[in-house]
Amino acid sequence: MTTAAADLLPATRNALALLLLAMADDEFVIGFSDSEWTGIAPMLEEDVAMSSMAQDELGHAQALYCLLADVVEDGRDADAIAFDRPPEAYFHARLLDHPRGDWAQTITRRFLYDTADSARLEALAESSFEPLREIVAKIRREERYHVMHVTSWFERLARGSDSRPRLLDALDRLGSDAGTVLAPLPSALALEMAGIVPTRFGGLEAAWRTSLQPTFQRLNLPPLPVTPAVDRARADHSDSFRWLHGEFTSVRGLDRSATW
Amino acid sequence: MVSAMHPFALGLVPAPDPTEARARTILAGVHDPEIPTVSIVDLGLVHDVQVTRDHITVELLPTFLGCPALDLIRSTVADALAVLGRPVDVEFTFAVPWTTERLTPRGRDGLKAAGIAPPADAGNVRCPYCDSAQVIMDSAFGPTLCRSLFYCRDCRQPFEQFKTV
Repeated sequence: MTTAAADLLPATRNALALLLLAMADDEFVIGFSDSEWTGIAPMLEEDVAMSSMAQDELGHAQALYCLLADVVEDGRDADAIAFDRPPEAYFHARLLDHPRGDWAQTITRRFLYDTADSARLEALAESSFEPLREIVAKIRREERYHVMHVTSWFERLARGSDSRPRLLDALDRLGSDAGTVLAPLPSALALEMAGIVPTRFGGLEAAWRTSLQPTFQRLNLPPLPVTPAVDRARADHSDSFRWLHGEFTSVRGLDRSATW
Repeated sequence: MVSAMHPFALGLVPAPDPTEARARTILAGVHDPEIPTVSIVDLGLVHDVQVTRDHITVELLPTFLGCPALDLIRSTVADALAVLGRPVDVEFTFAVPWTTERLTPRGRDGLKAAGIAPPADAGNVRCPYCDSAQVIMDSAFGPTLCRSLFYCRDCRQPFEQFKTV
């Protein structure tokens, strides 16, 4: 068990930094993207719920960026890492490059992301790197509510006569990118050898797909297609992400010292 | 009163710095900015208090990671301890996850006094106004990250519950 980043070998430290960047950027991008529903969600309760989940994700991103800043130790703090990069330097999964779209697309994206993320978090609860394990333990207690909530919405939309075609459209657009969240990172082997991720980490995507099968069968939904170009799962970001990046960096662009 | 046989008196262990007891008393008077009837001690936020001759360090546990009140709680704690005349560090730690089990009985009463049902397993939530168990959850997500929305079928009041984590 390792308690300080300084005790890690340089190669392990770089591998860990890439994992933390992927997780933090995922949470940051879905958090910002879903916060666009604040004030305009289809129902008042959902406005509150979606805003709460978005706020949770930004909190998780902040904790992960803080840990990343400790691991990288290049003088940048969490805010600098979060806000001061050009769009192409972000490392989130391609699934999150899609715009929020309509409510069915937002729910479908969140369902695919939250279920994959919870598989990732469950595996990282066994990490040999103590600071990551501690943050993951905290995040999992909050994410439990997200999975419960979004799963009930996913089922509701799949059963509604007006909403089902929209859900099927969303699955059609997002399905082939669903596997990008758990696609192996370039640093996967180094992470596994150091015990930062358990050995089953490489098989998480397959395990996650299997875990979704009962839900998809029950709702009579087409199975998720295989994800192409997994080696570029976190690259080639979309115009829609570049637009979002312009939005979430706008305040920082006006005043670098702005705080709450 | 320390008796003659007490370990302090025998010199076996150093007597605790009275400043630490004062620091803990002060912390018990710092209230949650969003729930003024509950102190941060009764909320279970205080993980550790270290008092040395020239320094005070307080470690707090965040309730929810995205809670916007964390910075306010940190500065309120630092301001409250300033009277002790030593430099104060207030830090958040993830050493143990904050859970609703950390709430003290007084903390749970304080929540009820604020009209918020204390955390409970699903099915055991009671209305903070009339104590009825005939309640339904409207939404797991409420006006703050730590609260859910409920409705009491007996007294017909909507109410909030402190989320169980």
